Amino acid sequence: MKTETVYKPTHGLTDRDLSYCPGCTHGIIHKLVGEVLVEKGLLDEAVGVASVGCSVLSYEFFNCDMHQAAHGRAPAVATGIKRVRPEHAVFTYQGDGDLASIGLSEVVHAAHRGENITVIFVNNAIYGMTGGQMAPTTLIDQKTTTSPLGRKKEGAGEPIRISEMLATIPGAAYLERVSVHDPKHIRKAKKAIEKAFDAQMNKQGFTLVEFISTCPINWGMNPKDSIDWSVEHMIPYYPLGVFKDKTKGDSDD
Amino acid sequence: MIDERVIVAGFGGQGVMLMGQILSYAATQEDLNTAWIPSYGPETRGGTANCSVVISKARINSPVVSEPDTLIVLNQPSLDKFEKKLKKGGKLLVNKALVDTEKIRDDVELYAVDCNKIALDIGNLKVANMVMLGAYIAMTDMFEKEAIFAVFDQIFTGAKSKLIDMNKQALEAGIKAIEA
Amino acid sequence: MAKVLMKGNEAMALAAIKGGCDAFFGYPITPQNEIPEYLSYHMEKNDRVFVQAESEVAAINMVYGAGGAGARVLTSSSSPGIALKQEGISYLAGSEVPCVIINVMRGGPGLGGIQPAQSDYNQITRGGGNGDYRVLSFAPENLQEAVNIIKESFSLADYYRNPVMIAVDGLLGQMMEPIDLDEAPDFGPAKEKPWAADGSSGKRGSRNKIVSLHLDPYKLEEHNLNLKKKYDEMVDKEQRYETVEIDDAEIVFVAYGSMARIARSAVDTLRKEGVKVGMIRPISLWPFPQNAFEKLPKSVHTLLTLEMSLGQMHQDVRIVNNGRYKLDFYGRTGGVVPEPEEIVERVHKLLNKEDQS
Repeated sequence: MKTETVYKPTHGLTDRDLSYCPGCTHGIIHKLVGEVLVEKGLLDEAVGVASVGCSVLSYEFFNCDMHQAAHGRAPAVATGIKRVRPEHAVFTYQGDGDLASIGLSEVVHAAHRGENITVIFVNNAIYGMTGGQMAPTTLIDQKTTTSPLGRKKEGAGEPIRISEMLATIPGAAYLERVSVHDPKHIRKAKKAIEKAFDAQMNKQGFTLVEFISTCPINWGMNPKDSIDWSVEHMIPYYPLGVFKDKTKGDSDD
Repeated sequence: MIDERVIVAGFGGQGVMLMGQILSYAATQEDLNTAWIPSYGPETRGGTANCSVVISKARINSPVVSEPDTLIVLNQPSLDKFEKKLKKGGKLLVNKALVDTEKIRDDVELYAVDCNKIALDIGNLKVANMVMLGAYIAMTDMFEKEAIFAVFDQIFTGAKSKLIDMNKQALEAGIKAIEA
Repeated sequence: MAKVLMKGNEAMALAAIKGGCDAFFGYPITPQNEIPEYLSYHMEKNDRVFVQAESEVAAINMVYGAGGAGARVLTSSSSPGIALKQEGISYLAGSEVPCVIINVMRGGPGLGGIQPAQSDYNQITRGGGNGDYRVLSFAPENLQEAVNIIKESFSLADYYRNPVMIAVDGLLGQMMEPIDLDEAPDFGPAKEKPWAADGSSGKRGSRNKIVSLHLDPYKLEEHNLNLKKKYDEMVDKEQRYETVEIDDAEIVFVAYGSMARIARSAVDTLRKEGVKVGMIRPISLWPFPQNAFEKLPKSVHTLLTLEMSLGQMHQDVRIVNNGRYKLDFYGRTGGVVPEPEEIVERVHKLLNKEDQS
């Protein structure tokens, strides 16, 4: 019988087994980023920056030169790399604790400087690696190990919408929030990553793609339920869509 | 052997930092060792500003001037602050327009120059500092006026080069004020 | 070349350019502001990178990125800013990324003051970052020495793949002195950095990673032992110091940086009085120049540590002395710069005590 290869893993990722929990969407997001780097011919000259959190080991998974940054500092590290290697694709891969909490200053200022980098921002509304604590993106009434009675607006405030906030910044060139809960949305998410890297390589400014993601373990759900929960609860608060697109001449400055 | 320790003090804006720097530039030109130290931080913003200059043939160890050979003061608060530090028999140059010369120590060599009036006669109060610098080099024989002129050429460049003539005039007027 | 008169901070900045610095990342703080100010113009004019970061924390992480990508990188700050950079310095050391850090010290703790101080000796030599790491650090006493060491420091950082800190105080940063920028030789361009994660995995045929994470404790221990080999080499090769008038000295000062200059004046005064004093001037703060203490003449009976702090280096003197000589300490702190007369007086007191005993 004649066999034909119809699918093979992307060369954009290494052969290492991913360290993510079963059912988590980090794997899909990694694959999409790897595929885009390969398809755009950027991989061989790309430099990625891993953050702290579940994706701390992502420097083992992306098949290019990688830096590992301190908690929240990935956009600053990426700035340093990009400024001395301006022709190379530079990206960070950060979770919501890393980016929206401890690293908020770094991402906001990288956007303000219009750094030509791409931030892959994975928002699953919780601190995963440290054991399910409340994140700045945790939804109201969502239970976590540091909000066991549910997040309350009084005291904890309301969840931060990063893409909307960054959209107010002139230096931001492309901002889109996507989800990977079904094949249609996965294809759409990949397009967003492509656009972000295009804008970066065209030196149009700061780019970020926010992924609505899941955390079956810390949410205490099976993978299917957690996907459904993200669609039912997260997307209404974090609407999908393009928040900034300078590639179409949509400029505010 | 040359070994001169000077403190220059006045209001911020009177140009005392520049006076000290010019002395260090002149010393550098003549291959002498020199160190210029400014007061810095909020105290210099409108308050009293001062700098110290050491000029020496020998290597300069402590650059901090605790007991100056010469003290140049452009206002009363500076006199009040530094008068007691001046060494016995040291030279004291004061701006007669802003300093009360009545109660000054009598164990120092006092030179009082109305640099404000001289500067205004030349046409700009801002060159009062250069009048004092002229007086200083005449008092101490530290530098020929040509050495200071050379520094003017070095530091007043571009748009500032039009200031050179007036500064030279002020320097010469200061020299004359001492020699007269 | 003829000497030029320059302000300390500007001279140090220019020396960095001469030393082959490709990129500067910094944040304003007194009394080192003339460094970023000078570089903001001159780095651009020399086609190099200058970024004013949003914080010291961001600046040191930009250094980490650019240094990890193979560039020669500089940052500068002052005491409280260096405190903020400690996390990044630990990552740089752990990932073996070279960089040069200029620290223009001011008084502390907390916001402290802005006048010259040496109260960050512990911060510099022990570090405030986590882990078993060391930072090669030098404390020049005048601008010529600062310029020479800064030029060299980029090659030292590259050689050891480690941060190098230049520790001066506000006095040196703010003062002007004549310097010869070409007195120190040209230490040459950066050597090849085959380890750099510079975005050439395709050309190289393998991936480079700049990483300080080692989850397996045995691997992390091995990494630490490898780092230690490097630190041991620094202890062997980089102890730098100067001795002043120690051949027949009975009392030996130990002082560095600005304090050493002030102590020199006290040595002169006391020698004229016939008091046999000398000085060991550490130039490297880490490694501490313990070798200097091995070669002291028999005449020595007392070591007098002098610092613009309350006795931080004095702890190292105590360790190195190991009970051999009598020890004394004199220091001023909080931004107060002592006068040579205070040191002279301290020695007089010491001598009186001896007469009585």
